[in-house]
Amino acid sequence: MADYTATPFTGKPFGVTIDKLNKSFDGVPVLTDVSLEIRPGEIFVIMGPSGSGKSVLLRHVAGLEAATSGRVNIGEFDAADPATRERVRLALVFQAGALFNSMSVYDNLALYLREHRVDREAGIRERVMHALQILSLEKAVDQFPAELSGGMKKRVAIARALVIEPQLLLYDEPTSELDPVMSATISEIIATLREQTAVTTIVVSHDRDLALAIADRLAILMDGRIRATGKPGEFKAPADPAIANFFNPTIDLKNPRFKQLEHNHE
Amino acid sequence: MKQLSAILEGIGSTLLLAVRAGRYLPTLPRQFPRFIEQCYVIGYTTLPIVTILSFFIGSVLALQSGYSMENFGAKQFIGTLVGLSIVRELGPVMVAILVTGRVGSAITAELASMKVYQEVDALVTMDIPPERMLVLPRLAAVLVMMPVLTTIANLCGWFGGALVCKYTTFISVEPDSYFAALKRFMDMKDVTDGLIKAEVFGFVVTLVCCNVGLNTRGGPREIGASVTRAVVISLILILVLDYFVTKFLI
Repeated sequence: MADYTATPFTGKPFGVTIDKLNKSFDGVPVLTDVSLEIRPGEIFVIMGPSGSGKSVLLRHVAGLEAATSGRVNIGEFDAADPATRERVRLALVFQAGALFNSMSVYDNLALYLREHRVDREAGIRERVMHALQILSLEKAVDQFPAELSGGMKKRVAIARALVIEPQLLLYDEPTSELDPVMSATISEIIATLREQTAVTTIVVSHDRDLALAIADRLAILMDGRIRATGKPGEFKAPADPAIANFFNPTIDLKNPRFKQLEHNHE
Repeated sequence: MKQLSAILEGIGSTLLLAVRAGRYLPTLPRQFPRFIEQCYVIGYTTLPIVTILSFFIGSVLALQSGYSMENFGAKQFIGTLVGLSIVRELGPVMVAILVTGRVGSAITAELASMKVYQEVDALVTMDIPPERMLVLPRLAAVLVMMPVLTTIANLCGWFGGALVCKYTTFISVEPDSYFAALKRFMDMKDVTDGLIKAEVFGFVVTLVCCNVGLNTRGGPREIGASVTRAVVISLILILVLDYFVTKFLI
């Protein structure tokens, strides 16, 4: 198995408690009474259709959004408190990468280490190159984000999270816009990383294959509410028709909803 | 009512940004390369346009005043008029306007783009406060570069006026007389008052441009809207503050 850590992992993983979280934007509810308990060291996947509030939920855990009501705690610390980020090493792999466009791949990875004076420049270089090597990105070290493909950007974003050696690792749609082979690789990286570092991992995705392959537990979020939680095995034949349809959507080529389109076309 | 609340919110968030950035002042020595880079962007890249414009503003001021003052036989005071106008008013205001257009707009565009593409969020999750990394070096650089740019603008303006006075036939004032008149009625307070104004304008413009950029929401179209908003607010503030700072200094 590949070594996914730049240095031996230090620091205990944190659990996450989400308690009756509500969030509205301009009076429009996006999350309603969301409560979840994510245990230290587990991979928890939050699934749901597009627009169900998954990313907003993840942003609350990262402390990027203030709740309308309710609480999110990382361990015993309030996620919304900026001081929590000084106590918990947290990394968020954004859906679009969120790489610093004015910096090279190397500088993107080195930024955290330099800003927090984790190591001397030689040590930083070693850590960065190791992370890039893990994700087969050595050749991209001097390139800028604009010169990378979508898949490479995603891998750089994961590498940037790796060098932080996080205690809580959050992924927002890590396999979106990737081909099946790259999706499988990313899934392997997420699972192996947790295995080697015991990092608490929360993945937001609508990729069923990824969820069933790597999750210890998963939750289904629909219309801003938690519809179900459980182990992946419990979702192989779900009794809830909405969840069943989400996991195994049927394609009806004669759907009456689209009759009008056919009519217009004629 | 909505507009008033937006204005108050803008003032509040701008002041808050200044306080937050100020809290990281002790980290400035560690950010020396970033500070130097901003000095280069604010100072060096603005210098050519400041030089050219201040030279011609001095020239046209000398030309206009020479044309008018000839009728009163007061040509010997052209140097005084050009010198004081530039050092007390036109120099700082013109540099502030140029910094707004040349640097402030670029700051807003860069920070708004970083905000829209979640780079600012990435910094926050890494426990790298944007106020420390993105705002403080710019504020420090503008405070260092504004007096430099304003002094150069003053000198170029005076020099432009002197050239026009010498080579325009209906004025024909020698540089010696021009600069003697300039020195006779000007003291150090005039110069320092102008530099204080420049510092205030530069600080406010940079703060406003950073704040508007960091509060950009939405997609790429909002980046352009933020730049326009930041430049308009900055220009209004320069002229409004000019009155109050002048009243305070006189």
